[in-house]
Amino acid sequence: MSGPTVELTPDTPSSPPPAQPAAQPRPSVARRIMQHQLFWPVVALIALIILCGIKNPTFLTIELRDGNLFGQLVDIARMSATPLLLALGMALVIATGGIDLSVGAVMAISLAVSLTYLDGAANPGSVSTAAVAVLLGVAVALAAGLFNGFMVSVLGVQPFIATMILMVAGRGVAMLITQGQITTVTSAPFKFLGSGFVFGIPTPVIIALIMLVAVAILVRRTALGMLLESIGINREASRLAGVQSRNITWLVYIVCALLAGLAGIVYGAPTMAADANNIGLMKEMDAIMCVVLGGTALSGGKFYLSGTVVGALILSTIERAVVIFHIPSQITPLFKALVIIVVCVAQSPKLRELLRDGAAKLRPRALPEVAS
Amino acid sequence: MTTPDTQAATPVVEMRGITITFPGVKALDGVDLRLFPGEVHSLMGENGAGKSTLIKALTGVYQIDGGTMTVDGVEHRFSGPDEAQNAGISTVYQEVNLCANLSVAENVMLGHEPRTGPFISWRKMRRQAAENLARLHVDIDPASRLSAHSIAVQQLCAIARATVRDAKVLILDEPTSSLQKAEVDELFQVIRELRDAGVAILFVSHFLDQVYEISDRLTILRNGRLVGEHLAAELPRRDLIGLMIGREGAALDAIERGAQQAFAGEREGVTPTIEAVGLGRHGRIEPFDLAVQPGEIVGLAGLLGSGRTEAVRLLCGADRPEEGTLRLGGEDIRISDPLVGLRNGIAFSSEDRKREGIIGDLTVRENIALAVQTVRGVWRPVPRKELDELVDRYITALDIRPANPNQLVKNLSGGNQQKVLLARWLATAPKLLILDEPTRGIDIGAKTDIQKLVAELAADGMSVVFISSEFEEVLRVSHRIDVLRDRRIVESLTNGPDVDQDTILEAIATKEVA
Repeated sequence: MSGPTVELTPDTPSSPPPAQPAAQPRPSVARRIMQHQLFWPVVALIALIILCGIKNPTFLTIELRDGNLFGQLVDIARMSATPLLLALGMALVIATGGIDLSVGAVMAISLAVSLTYLDGAANPGSVSTAAVAVLLGVAVALAAGLFNGFMVSVLGVQPFIATMILMVAGRGVAMLITQGQITTVTSAPFKFLGSGFVFGIPTPVIIALIMLVAVAILVRRTALGMLLESIGINREASRLAGVQSRNITWLVYIVCALLAGLAGIVYGAPTMAADANNIGLMKEMDAIMCVVLGGTALSGGKFYLSGTVVGALILSTIERAVVIFHIPSQITPLFKALVIIVVCVAQSPKLRELLRDGAAKLRPRALPEVAS
Repeated sequence: MTTPDTQAATPVVEMRGITITFPGVKALDGVDLRLFPGEVHSLMGENGAGKSTLIKALTGVYQIDGGTMTVDGVEHRFSGPDEAQNAGISTVYQEVNLCANLSVAENVMLGHEPRTGPFISWRKMRRQAAENLARLHVDIDPASRLSAHSIAVQQLCAIARATVRDAKVLILDEPTSSLQKAEVDELFQVIRELRDAGVAILFVSHFLDQVYEISDRLTILRNGRLVGEHLAAELPRRDLIGLMIGREGAALDAIERGAQQAFAGEREGVTPTIEAVGLGRHGRIEPFDLAVQPGEIVGLAGLLGSGRTEAVRLLCGADRPEEGTLRLGGEDIRISDPLVGLRNGIAFSSEDRKREGIIGDLTVRENIALAVQTVRGVWRPVPRKELDELVDRYITALDIRPANPNQLVKNLSGGNQQKVLLARWLATAPKLLILDEPTRGIDIGAKTDIQKLVAELAADGMSVVFISSEFEEVLRVSHRIDVLRDRRIVESLTNGPDVDQDTILEAIATKEVA
């Protein structure tokens, strides 16, 4: 991988090298922190937690009961697991300039398949049966991902439309599987995935963390992350540079669906009820919201997994704050929208420009005037 | 400037001293244009000469900053395209500018729908559309979808639309670029009839043959200035090309030429790095032969639209050839995809730096690494240390500024972006490097750097295909020059002291296609 040796002699070796364009003054530490794409989401998250803590001092306490962690903050972490699983895959899809509207429906299908298998199994309480149930659920999610990826990358259907097919039809498939019933079963090992603890930490949190690390390794320890960003930024230039955008796009939809399938199982495990109509309803919007809150643009390109994690935490904190502030359930969506508007507006480059200009006006003597 | 005597007729359009300034650039500087009724007038000039700016001034898209414009003796200052249309000036733009999913009648009559009260009279509309089309000898069902018809028919529909209101002036901007020969003939027949009916026609085309076939009068622009107005019959082709590209260039190129062209010439028995035999793609480039020896620089010269880019895109997998064979090191190969090209040592740097080159929101490092990475495959990332060495080496060697690998490439100047792209391709250690307009729009310093680099790479044994609109540059860099016209390679010249711009002009102007 060594290029040919290139040596360029300067045009005029005797003359000093042309002055570098004046290096921009290095921005101060505070400034660099403020300009980091995680700054506003983290500020919003901390502000929400502090507000809740003031309103309800027990909010911040975490206690150890029977070796397991309990408390409102632990609940928030647990509630964040499902949206985070969805949003990790969604972030990759969005980076390529696509979107996956089917994740909510894929959650429903996976759970329906897993629970229906358990329902018919001879010994639903055994670990091996539960494991097979999980594998089946994930396998059907894989099929959904293959379908979405095929539509988008091979047939060239617009991602919005291509994934809308499964978004709509997926619930029908789930209904077929459960035969219109709300299948309920009992299986301790399966339930453990949703409401158990490992080393004192809720299982969903552990699963989400493992998947976060796995996805991070997948995209940042290989060239996948860079290549899918490059596809999202400039598809044609990427093609000419040899990027196999078809394979990469397909892969990304598969990863997204697999994570959605897993999310469905984690989400449905505590209740063990396969309600095909309501499992994962509107969850695709939550996932998109987490990604956007985390600083990834819907137009594709650069994506931020860390931001997506913060986005998922904000989302669940809002849901919890609504309870703490006794906000009537009718206006909950409004409250949610307000917080999101604040974060998104704070991130907008236009507003930052305006603020900077405004700040500059407040410091009129920044440049000393030449004495006349 | 020469102004041949015209018949006593008064011009229907007279533009005098038109000046248009964009921030920092004078796009037009005191340009005159006269259009006479019953004449086809061609507007000639290289890319960026100001042709489309002048057309947009005439059609009211751009406001003029200076000069006067009279239509039918009345002075006008159009503040929008509709005012120009009301004055009798109609335009058919380069790309068919219609709604493919509407009916033919709707397209032709758009904006002039016959109404009864507030409602559109569909029957009347279809009848009027059919009448308008009949004038152009187009006999199609006005109720059919536009997209059901060939591009040529769509083009005629666009003209029908432009002539719905009795146009005094009809502007045709590159109307033939997507048409076959027979369709062009048909279009020209229509143009002649409109001309004979007294319409003044302003014609823009890159195809010289067509310009000479249809035009009565030519106006030539260069760098936003008027070069001259001539009767087509009185201006030989090569003089026209000379006027278009500017002869001052010839004086400049004498400076550096000479030493570089020491290529050993035809080395018998040496297998060419790449050899194309009868390679072609319908509607893009006629079948051509091209061979590049190791260490040889082959320049492709020709006017814009002559098929230079289309030809090299078939060599590297950017487009798939429909016929002919490609040999790499003497063996037949099918390059179906740019990645296959890169894996076989063929790198292609596109002329469109923004759309087909840089990945703007990625860093300089990532942009340089991209092609190396795709050759290695997704799952084998370039180790960080190796990558940093590679990037540092190219930043130093090509003098990329600022020398910061973490800078987003979109924040670099055009010349430095071009160097980043060169670094991207060179990092793959190609056997054949195809450079399409590598020096367009970059400052003179970067330009010289790139020309020197190309010479050095070839001296080290790399094969290079070099495309430039500036003949002077092609002459300076190349060992051999293939000349293209109208999507064909018409001549292959071995560069030497006796070859100069005139030789290339001669080849473009006169060389008959076999």
